Amino acid sequence: MKGDSIIHFEGVTKRYGKVVAVDNVSLEVKEGEFFALLGPSGCGKTTLLRMLAGFEVPSEGRIFIDGEDVTLVPPNRRPVNMVFQNYAVFPHMSVADNVAYGLKVDGVHAADRARRVEEALALVKLDGLGGRKPDQLSGGQRQRVALARALVKRPRVLLLDEPLSALDAKLREAMRTELCQLQAQVGITFVMVTHDQDEALALADRCAVMQRGLLQQVASPSDLYEFPASRFVADFIGSVNLLEGQLVVDEPDHAEVAVAGVDQPVFIDHGVTGAAGTTLWLALRPEKIELHKWADAPPHPGDAPPGRNVVAGTITHVAYLGSESLYEVTLADGQRLKALRSNLTRWDQEDFALGETVWLAWHACSPAVLLT
Amino acid sequence: MRGPLDYLGRWPLRLWLGLVGLFLYLPLVALVAFSFNDSRRTTVWRGFSLTWYRELFADTELLTAFGNSLVIAAASTLISLILGTAAALLLWRFRFAGKAALEAALGLPIVVPEICLGVAFLVFFTAIVPWPGELPWPFSLGAIIIAHTTFSFSFVALVVRARLAGFDGALAEAARDLGASEWRIFRDIMVPHLVPGLVAGALLAFTLSLDDFVITFFTSGPDTITFPIKVYSMVRFSVTPAVNAASTLLILLTAALTALALWLQGADIAKQAA
Amino acid sequence: MLQRPGAARGVFAATGLPPIVWLLALFLAPLAVIWAYSFGENRTLVDIAITGSWANYARALKPLYLAILLKSLGFAALTTFICFILGLPVALAISFASPRAKLLLLLAVMLPFWTNLLIRTYALMAILRTEGLINSGIGAIWSLVPGLGPFEPLPLINNNFAVVVGLVYVHLPFMVLPLYAALDRLDRSLIEASLDLGAGHLATLFRVVVPLALPGIVSGIIITFIPALGAYLTPDLLGGTNSQMIANVIERQFRSANDWPFGAALSFLLMYMTFAALLLQSLIVRRHAGGAP
Repeated sequence: MKGDSIIHFEGVTKRYGKVVAVDNVSLEVKEGEFFALLGPSGCGKTTLLRMLAGFEVPSEGRIFIDGEDVTLVPPNRRPVNMVFQNYAVFPHMSVADNVAYGLKVDGVHAADRARRVEEALALVKLDGLGGRKPDQLSGGQRQRVALARALVKRPRVLLLDEPLSALDAKLREAMRTELCQLQAQVGITFVMVTHDQDEALALADRCAVMQRGLLQQVASPSDLYEFPASRFVADFIGSVNLLEGQLVVDEPDHAEVAVAGVDQPVFIDHGVTGAAGTTLWLALRPEKIELHKWADAPPHPGDAPPGRNVVAGTITHVAYLGSESLYEVTLADGQRLKALRSNLTRWDQEDFALGETVWLAWHACSPAVLLT
Repeated sequence: MRGPLDYLGRWPLRLWLGLVGLFLYLPLVALVAFSFNDSRRTTVWRGFSLTWYRELFADTELLTAFGNSLVIAAASTLISLILGTAAALLLWRFRFAGKAALEAALGLPIVVPEICLGVAFLVFFTAIVPWPGELPWPFSLGAIIIAHTTFSFSFVALVVRARLAGFDGALAEAARDLGASEWRIFRDIMVPHLVPGLVAGALLAFTLSLDDFVITFFTSGPDTITFPIKVYSMVRFSVTPAVNAASTLLILLTAALTALALWLQGADIAKQAA
Repeated sequence: MLQRPGAARGVFAATGLPPIVWLLALFLAPLAVIWAYSFGENRTLVDIAITGSWANYARALKPLYLAILLKSLGFAALTTFICFILGLPVALAISFASPRAKLLLLLAVMLPFWTNLLIRTYALMAILRTEGLINSGIGAIWSLVPGLGPFEPLPLINNNFAVVVGLVYVHLPFMVLPLYAALDRLDRSLIEASLDLGAGHLATLFRVVVPLALPGIVSGIIITFIPALGAYLTPDLLGGTNSQMIANVIERQFRSANDWPFGAALSFLLMYMTFAALLLQSLIVRRHAGGAP
C-alpha cells in the first residue's frame, strides 16, 4: 500500500576500524515515495545505501525491507536493485544482454525475458538499441541501460547512487524531469543518494540530511528549506544568514532575540521554549530580506510597522545574477548579511549602487529559530 | 561482519590460500631448517649445528664460485643499465624507420627459451668467436658477463621505459627554455626522474644474473664456475646439508635484495605521496 | 611529440648505437648461427657444413623425438592448467584483500619467485626423495598403525609426476601475478552490479569476472606455458629417464652427443612453438579489445 513503511533502518551503525561511517541511524522510507539521502561527501549516505543493497553489513542494528529482516541477506537475494554511480554497464555484453542479465540468472524463460527486456528498453526510450555495445553509447544512454537493467527485475526498491553526477549540466536538467516521470510511471520506491541539494530538492518527496554519519533531519524539501532543524541543515540547504543572539522575551505568541549589531531586538512571531538569556541562532534566507532606500526608511527603528524588523547597513558587494541580484550589506558592527532581490524590470539592478547606505527589513515570521 | 566481496574472510578460500602457501613454502622452510641439522641426513632432525656452514666457508672452490657470481652479476648489471637505459631513451624520444623491428628484437631475449639462448652462446663462444681461455681473472668471465647482459638489458629497458612513460615532457622543455643543454637536461631533469626505474632495473638485472643456471651452464668453461653451477654439481653428486647451507645463504641474499628494492620503492612512493 | 633522428643526431647515435650493435652482434648473430646450423650436417666432430638440408627437422619429427615434443607440450599444458586452478582463487583473494593484506600476500607470492630456480628445485627434491620428508612422514605414521606391514616408500621422484609437481611449483607465481593484475584492474562495481541483479558468486565469476579479465588470464596462461615448455632444470633434476623434455634433448645434442645441427633444429622448433603461443596470445587479446574495450 502506498504510504506504508517499506524500508526500516533500526539503529544502524557501520564502523571501519575506528572510523564511524554511519552512526546509529534509524529511518523509515514509505512505499512509493522518492526518497533522497543528502549530505556532503563522507557523511555516510553512500554507506547507508550500500548497506541497503547488501554490499556492506552493518556493525550494529538491523535493516528491514517489507518488514523482513534483511540485515544479513546477501545482495543477490534482496528485492532491491541499484543504478551505480558509474552505471557499471557490463562492457562485454550488448545493451539487451545487459538488461536481460538479471532475468537470466533468475531463470526467467527466454520468450518472457525477451518481452520484458523490450518493455524495459521502451520504458527508458532505448527502443531499437538493444544490439549496441556499451562503448557505442553516450553517457546518458549508458545510464538508461543501467536504469532499464535494474527496473526490468521489478524491484521493490530502486537504489540510485548519485544518478546525475556524471552527466553534463543540460542533460542533468532533462534527466531530472525524466526520473520523476519514470518513478510516477512505474510506481516503485526510489532511494537516491546525492550530494547535490538542488537535485534532492527537485526530485525527492522526502530527504534525509546526514553529516558525519549522523542523521540530521528527515523532512520534505520545503520543510528542510523553510524549517531547518539545525544550523548545519540551514547552511547546507541553500544560502543563509546566521545571526547569533540571546533570547530576551519569550511569550506564547512572540519572542524577541537580542542580536549584536542590530539596534532593536529581533521580533519573532512565535514563542520559543527557552530560558531568558539562552544563546540561539536565527537563520534568515537572503531572499527574505528586503532592501529599502535610505530615504524610504522609518525615521526611527522603533517606528517600523509591527511585525517588521529593520536594520541599517552599507552595500559592500553586488553580484548581478541575471534573474536576481545578490547584495552584501555590512552592518555598523562589521557583520555582513546577504540579501537577494529579484530583477523584476530591466532596470531593477540599477536601483542600488555599491557603497549606498540602505535599510534591510524582514518579516517577523521569516527567521528560523535554531537552538543547535 | 563481512561484506559480500570480502573473499579473504571466507574459510574455503583461506584454506586454499593456506594449502598453496604450504606448497610454496614447506620445501624452502625444510631446506633452511636442515642446513642447521647436526647430521648428514636431510630428513631426520638431530640437533642444531653450524657444522655445514663451517664446511662451506672452508670450501675454497665454492667461495671462488660465489665470488665469480657476484662479479658477473655486478658487471652485467652495470652494462645492462647503460644499454637498457639508452634503448629506452631512444624508443621514448625518437620516431624512425625500423623502430617496430627494434622493439620486437628488444623483446626477444625476454621470451626466447633459456635453453635456446644457452646453446646459441655455446656455439658462438666456441666455434665463431672463441673466448680466450687463458685470460686473467676477471676477464676470463667475459663470455658469461656478455651472455647475462644480453638477456638482462631487455628487462632493464622494459622497466626504464615504464618509468619514462610517466615523465612530463614539459619539464624538459622548461629546462631548455631556461637555457639548459641536451646533456644538462639529461643529468638534471631526466636522471632524477628515472632513479626509481634505474634502481628497480639494476636489482632485476642483478637477481637475474645471480639466478641464472641454464645459460651459464652452456657458456662457462672448467675454470669459470659460478655459484649455481657449483651447487648444481653438488646436487648431482650428493644431497648433503652443505647444499642446504649454501642455498640458505643465497636465499638470504635474494631476500635482502628484494627487501632493498621494496624499501627503495616504498621510499619513492612515500616521496610521491608527500 | 616524438622527434625525428635528424633533430638531435648526436643523441640519436649515442642512445641508438650501443643497444642496436649489442643486439645484432651478441644476440641475433648467435641465434642466426644456430639457425644456419639447423640446416647443416656434421662432417667431422668440429666441422659443420651448411648444406641447406631439412634432414634435421625431418629427424626431429620422427616418432622418437616427436613423442618427446608432444610430451613437453603435454607437461607444459598440464602445468599451466594446474597453475590456473591453484592460482585463480589465490589471485582472487589477493585482489579483494585489504591494502595491508594485499601487500603481504603479494610479497609471499613473489619471494619464491625471486629465489634461485636451482635452489627451489633442490628444495623440492629433498621433499620428494624416497627418504624425503613426505615419505618419512608417511612412514612414521604408518609404523604407528599396527598390522600394516612394512612401509613401501611412494615413488615421488624421478618420474613424470615429479616433473609436473616441480614445474607447477616453479611456475605458480608466473600465473598468479598476471591474474592478480587483471583482477585488480577490474571495476569492482561491475561485480557488485552482477550480485545486485541476482547472480550468485559463481555465476558472477563465470559471466562477468572471467570474460572481463580474459586478456590477463590469457597472458597468465602464456607466461606460464612458455617457460614450462622450455624447462631444462626441472626435468633434469626431478625427472627419470622417461620424463625428459625437449630442452634436455637439446642439451644432450650439444654437450654429449655432439650433434649440433640436430640440436639447433630442435632449438628452433622450440622457439617456433614459443612464438606461436605468443601469436595466439596477441590474437586473443586484440580480438577482445575489438569486442569490448
